[in-house]
Amino acid sequence: MQKFSGLELLRRALGGHKSWQPQWRNPDPKPEYDAVIIGAGGHGLAAAYYLAKEHGITRVAVLERGWLGGGNTGRNTTIVRSNYLFDESAALYEHSVKLWEGLSQDINYNVMYSARGVLMLAHNIHDVQSFKRHVHANRLNGVDNEWLTAEQCKEFCPPLNISSMRYPILGGALQRRGGTARHDAVAWGFARAADARGVDIIQNCEVTGIRRGADGAVEGVETSRGFIRTKKIGVSAAGHTSVVMAMAGVRMPLESYPLQALVSEPVKPAFPTVVMSNTIHAYISQSDKGEMVIGAGTDAYTSYSQRGALHITTHTLDAICELVPQFRRLRMLRNWGGIVDVTPDRSPIIAKTPVPGLYVNCGWGTGGFKATPGSGNVFAHTIAKDAPHPINAPFTLERFRDGFLIDEAAAAAVAH
Amino acid sequence: MLIITCPWCGARPELEFRYGGEAHIARPADPSTLTDEEWADFLYNRTNPKGLHAERWRHVHGCGRFFNAVRDTVSDFFVVTYKAGETRPDIAGDQAK
Repeated sequence: MQKFSGLELLRRALGGHKSWQPQWRNPDPKPEYDAVIIGAGGHGLAAAYYLAKEHGITRVAVLERGWLGGGNTGRNTTIVRSNYLFDESAALYEHSVKLWEGLSQDINYNVMYSARGVLMLAHNIHDVQSFKRHVHANRLNGVDNEWLTAEQCKEFCPPLNISSMRYPILGGALQRRGGTARHDAVAWGFARAADARGVDIIQNCEVTGIRRGADGAVEGVETSRGFIRTKKIGVSAAGHTSVVMAMAGVRMPLESYPLQALVSEPVKPAFPTVVMSNTIHAYISQSDKGEMVIGAGTDAYTSYSQRGALHITTHTLDAICELVPQFRRLRMLRNWGGIVDVTPDRSPIIAKTPVPGLYVNCGWGTGGFKATPGSGNVFAHTIAKDAPHPINAPFTLERFRDGFLIDEAAAAAVAH
Repeated sequence: MLIITCPWCGARPELEFRYGGEAHIARPADPSTLTDEEWADFLYNRTNPKGLHAERWRHVHGCGRFFNAVRDTVSDFFVVTYKAGETRPDIAGDQAK
């Protein structure tokens, strides 16, 4: 791997930038691996990276039906935060935020993590009580989150309209360490760093079946590029998790919904932070390119179509226009959909499954991007040790059988 | 926006309807006899197929009645809608159970 640095950039600039190598190989699948990850999104690539880095397992393949980072990793609104209510979630998302803070150095790739703050707005008494409860719970868990009055919200984010709207802003919860990161760079950076440690990233390779032995344990995966033998399979397939798990005969507590996002035309820096509002269904931040990145909600029905209805988008834009009146004249440039896998309690599943050798990391719903490094990190631990890390130990499949739900519906952004 | 055909009222825009999740999941007659696995399967596990999906809809801003539909989750195309209580129509090429 060619190390990226300012000096290196200067040196190669003198040579006309002709000596850069491809950032990762494009290998053919080998007949056998120690572990196979299904899905080369951020979570899958991160898991492969940490398998190689922290557990010394480098004979790893990451199989991707399309191209790496082409699913929800490249479709989300790139928000990072950890202000979740319950102890289990706070530990998981905080683990991730801590990894975000050193990630660019760790993988030698600028993921453009920008801790510009995430401000969640309260518009009614219930919001105020709920967010204050979050602030206190977070404080007890060592997660930064503070209460701002409406005036303080306005001071922190001047474009906000706090009063002349149907649901005036009563205050907000601000996590200053939250922010955004560059989604493509996260996929590319993890891919490059994993590849450098020997991981094979195999794109355009669709998994068509999971082969199991007489004892029920996995023996390998059938793919569009032939059979690959392995004793450990990590499923990291986001919206298609139910489809992949059905190949091994496992029914999942998941439903897949389209989630939409859109960006405006690029403008000069005009919006300093990330603002989210559950109540009026809006969230918005400005990318480094200058586009306003806006997240809409999920459609009501399950779908794999990767597109959603227009009324979902216009509903969000109505709210944005009230919240930030100056954006009424912005034109929207693109909108798109991704398929998100939603669990009944809106918390993820990072766990072993009833099938020996089969592991699953799924159920991130509408908010998986923020967890990318942390999720990959504990998923790699689960695969390598055949046992969960203490942080993901509560996020089992069996919690639905045993009644230990981690009900984060209130914390899960705006979509539910 | 989807156009959905209510079996009682005819074709109407999606906004008049509310989605009701997977259809034909019968509540067990005697839950106390179920194992924890079976009860969790009833409560939480869903088929979530990529392809034809039998699902419930309710015409909340119309007749108010529940009905069922078979929809292709890849194209969102409604193959058929039918009244609650009726068995799922047999559709050629349908690989789902």
